[in-house]
Amino acid sequence: MQVGYYPGCSLESSAKEFDLSIRAVFEALGISLKEISDWNCCGASPAHYLNEELAAALPYRNLVKAEEAGLDKVISPCPACYSHMKHVHEEVGKDARLGDRLRRIVGKGYEGKVDSKHFLDFINGDIGLERLKSSLKTSLNGLRVASYYGCLTRLPGVKIDDVENPILMDGIIEALGGEPLNWSHKTECCGASLSVTRTEIALRLVRSIVEAAQEKGAQCIAVVCPLCQSNLDTRQGDVSKKYGPSHKMPILYVSQLIGLGQKLGFEQLGLNRLIINPRSPLIEKGIIET
Amino acid sequence: MSYLNSQGIHQLRDTILSISGEDVSKCIQCGKCSGGCPVSPEMDIQPNQVLRLVQINDRKPLLGCSTIWICASCQTCSVRCPEDIDISKIMDSLRKLALEEKVPVGEKNVVKFDEIFLDLIRKRGRVHELELVMRYNLASRQPFKDAHLGPVMLLRGKLGLLGHRIKEVGRIREIFKNSKRLFRDSR
Repeated sequence: MQVGYYPGCSLESSAKEFDLSIRAVFEALGISLKEISDWNCCGASPAHYLNEELAAALPYRNLVKAEEAGLDKVISPCPACYSHMKHVHEEVGKDARLGDRLRRIVGKGYEGKVDSKHFLDFINGDIGLERLKSSLKTSLNGLRVASYYGCLTRLPGVKIDDVENPILMDGIIEALGGEPLNWSHKTECCGASLSVTRTEIALRLVRSIVEAAQEKGAQCIAVVCPLCQSNLDTRQGDVSKKYGPSHKMPILYVSQLIGLGQKLGFEQLGLNRLIINPRSPLIEKGIIET
Repeated sequence: MSYLNSQGIHQLRDTILSISGEDVSKCIQCGKCSGGCPVSPEMDIQPNQVLRLVQINDRKPLLGCSTIWICASCQTCSVRCPEDIDISKIMDSLRKLALEEKVPVGEKNVVKFDEIFLDLIRKRGRVHELELVMRYNLASRQPFKDAHLGPVMLLRGKLGLLGHRIKEVGRIREIFKNSKRLFRDSR
């Protein structure tokens, strides 16, 4: 199976572990990832904040490039990138004038043949939990995981799970032999978009999420968003400085947890790159050796 | 012609309708949006108040407020609104309207950040995170902000020191040149 891949800007730097672990997991599943050639930034939030046509044109070009390469399915791990690609695809399907306008801005037309997927719905739908389980070599041995979705399920164009109580990630954690926790902050905003410009807001939100997970005895928080991971991981130090010392909660990508189940390497999965060390709970549950 | 209509009471509502396709007349001020908004404590005008101000055509406090810029676009309000109003989209429209009308913005640093972000895309096709943070720190006069995170991010290989420039960067510059802030202005 070959599938198109749109990493997005953060997976090249601050979210390198997401990229590494996805590539490793897909290789273990026998799926070949073909990166879209010469892809551009999707525009993230700044584009749709400041310029409507730019916000549509940037993802439109990526759809054009994917189509040119004959990729009818493209995985976009970042929820924002995924939302933009999916949303633009839907909008041009509905509004011919918009499609024309974008074709003129970008310089080439998109025929509507690309199906954008997020990592979660690809694992759940296209691969399925049974095939996932058959690729596992070890269990997570009841590791207590708080699945954190952030705003993924609510974003424009995204219809992959329930908006208030999503369960896709929890299903994967269960399939891996982990214990998914029923906790309050699954979809509470982490404030990543404000992490640089209004840091104090992000700190307040990060603190709420981490405390809610701790309250349920979580040993780690699993995420599917590079911005969430970065924000929750790098800002816990600042949260302690502002609100008082607290036990640090490791923030792992769900792809890293899958990779651990497939007995892939610690470095290969980018687990050595996390700011908050995940070793302690993983050793405690016998998932990795010291 | 009624008094209210002659005073242009629906002007802002109609503008927002034409930009976003959302009709604020449907808002019944239930407050659910403000109740679920994660950034509500730090907002100067609550989300439901934003919609009310649009309804009564009160432009000035609205376009200069802090709220529309610290809105995190988490879509909580939009998915919960019992009248199915896409409030997040209205926030988005108000941001662009504020810039179109050259109103002094309520959060200068947020706009600076966004402008630098887009400039990086225009120049290289992708966002080089390190450069984004460095340029923002300088522009917002906080040169050492988050400097304490630098060494550990570098050690963990999370700070790409060199950015990547895409081959078709010329095409990206054309895209920037051709794109209008509001799609309605292209019709």
